[in-house]
Amino acid sequence: MPMLDKRAANVLVWLLLATAPFWLEGVGSYVELGSRVLIYALAAMALNFLLGYTGVLSFGHAAYFGLGGYGVAMCIKFFYPSTLLAMLVGIVVGTVAAAVIGPMIMRLRGVYFAMCTIAFGQVFFFIAFQWSSVTGGDDGLSAWQRQPINLGFMSLDLLNDSKAFYYFVLAVFAICVGIMAFLLRSPFGRTLLAIRENERRARFLGIPVDRHIWYSWVISCCFVSVAGCLYALLSDFIDPRAIRWDQSGNFVIMTVLGGMRSFWGPLVGAAIFLVLQDFISSHTANWMSFIGLFFVLIVLFFPRGVLGLIRRKTTS
Amino acid sequence: MTQLVIFNLFNGLIIGAFYAMMALGLSLILNLSGVINFAHGGFLAIGGYLAYTLIPWLGFWGALLVSPFLVAFIGLAIERVLIRRLYGRDPLYSLLLTFGLAFMIEDGTRFIWGAQSLPFQIPSWLAAPMSTSLFFLTGYRVFMMVLVAAVVLALFLILNRTKLGLRIRAGTLDLETVSVLGVNVRVLRNLNFGLGIYMAGLAGVLASGMLGLQPTVGDSLIMPSFISIIVGGLGSLPGTLAGGILIGVASGVTTVFFPPASEAVIYVIMAAVLIVRPRGILGEEGRY
Repeated sequence: MPMLDKRAANVLVWLLLATAPFWLEGVGSYVELGSRVLIYALAAMALNFLLGYTGVLSFGHAAYFGLGGYGVAMCIKFFYPSTLLAMLVGIVVGTVAAAVIGPMIMRLRGVYFAMCTIAFGQVFFFIAFQWSSVTGGDDGLSAWQRQPINLGFMSLDLLNDSKAFYYFVLAVFAICVGIMAFLLRSPFGRTLLAIRENERRARFLGIPVDRHIWYSWVISCCFVSVAGCLYALLSDFIDPRAIRWDQSGNFVIMTVLGGMRSFWGPLVGAAIFLVLQDFISSHTANWMSFIGLFFVLIVLFFPRGVLGLIRRKTTS
Repeated sequence: MTQLVIFNLFNGLIIGAFYAMMALGLSLILNLSGVINFAHGGFLAIGGYLAYTLIPWLGFWGALLVSPFLVAFIGLAIERVLIRRLYGRDPLYSLLLTFGLAFMIEDGTRFIWGAQSLPFQIPSWLAAPMSTSLFFLTGYRVFMMVLVAAVVLALFLILNRTKLGLRIRAGTLDLETVSVLGVNVRVLRNLNFGLGIYMAGLAGVLASGMLGLQPTVGDSLIMPSFISIIVGGLGSLPGTLAGGILIGVASGVTTVFFPPASEAVIYVIMAAVLIVRPRGILGEEGRY
């Protein structure tokens, strides 16, 4: 794709995101859905860092998403009511957990890696589910609220102003996406691509492959936990469903739906998936069947995703 | 105390045999087709529900015999229509597909049989405790244990003594060569998938007698089955069997000393195995 097109696409994406609160209601949607799309897009883009750019299949990212969310909820509820501090706690908790688990799985590949990430993800689901005195068990953690952020010259009222919250989410999204794009352009990112393309060759070139997979895993999980923090803040609530394996599946399907090898693919996938889910679940009680069918259809007929398809059309 | 330990040891053994039966089915499919079948728990639920529907006509024994075969046929059909298309592609896609199937099956069973838990009738002489003085073990649990042992034995006999088994084992090692030698690999994978799903269906009938029936009955069994495979070693069926029994017994024994950790101990074992011996207890070096 020519350089100009890429730049134009970037400008278009940011323009759409920056103006979203003003046109969402016009097209029959609502601002909160916009925030949710951004949050899930961040999670899916973080997953894509590992899946699309390092070529490692993780099916357990919901665990770190949920850890971020629980970190935020517990910090605000039990410790100190500050949104930014709570996010810091959530990110640290999620990242540290990923860093500890990483060495156990970084030597595994393919399906085996996927299975172990699922299984480790369930550990946190069980903790959240069973340890009800701290985590609220199946009912989750409620009765806490996101706090306004004091910027010195003004105060951001995140709680009552849904547009303010949207722009807060957008700012965090932009920072995270910027860091990921920077990393992918750096020599480190190129090394990850090399591992994806040909692991054996990368190894022969003297690249410590396992260690790089670990780095990529930790970075990816770190940004997923940022998304998890925002997710908990969005509804002032977190429960074990945020950690369960079907959530990991959602991240993966969003990534695939949008296009795994493209940077903005997961954003497109998240938007389509969430709008569709919103629509289906408000029309039928059997939405699970439709989502399942959706998975099957994407895999069978749409494995390259939306952007993959567009890219192939333009090159041919 | 000793009694309690023995009781829970035996209970753990039963649960372990259960995990192992689920995991063997998963492992068969994974080894030959490279597909992690997320919908395995769903097939288990179908097995239980079909048996529930069949009992009024066939009785418990008839349902126990027929239901797993019906489930296996559903499995054969799904492999033929959907899963076959994904062989040779990134494992990501088969994972997502079976993931979607699991959703559809869970919702489908809820749609057909309702979301409420259904009672599952087992013969009364099996439901009664065997002895009131020693420990309260129902005959059904012992029966389950014996049946699982028989089925696992039969599976290993099939794998080691029949031509089909030989081909499955050979295909696990090198599918291409098996194909070159004139075996119809498509049929082989199809039958193998059916065999794995049969195990899930049978496990479903047996589990329903113990746990009752809900659409999510497979959910609590699928993760331990995954872990059985990881602990036992990918690519090794005896390993999967050993892994299942090991984690079942471990969680049973943990129940005696510290009940809240009975689930967690499974994951601890998995972590320990991955640190000390990433390929699993009986896994081969360099396979994954």
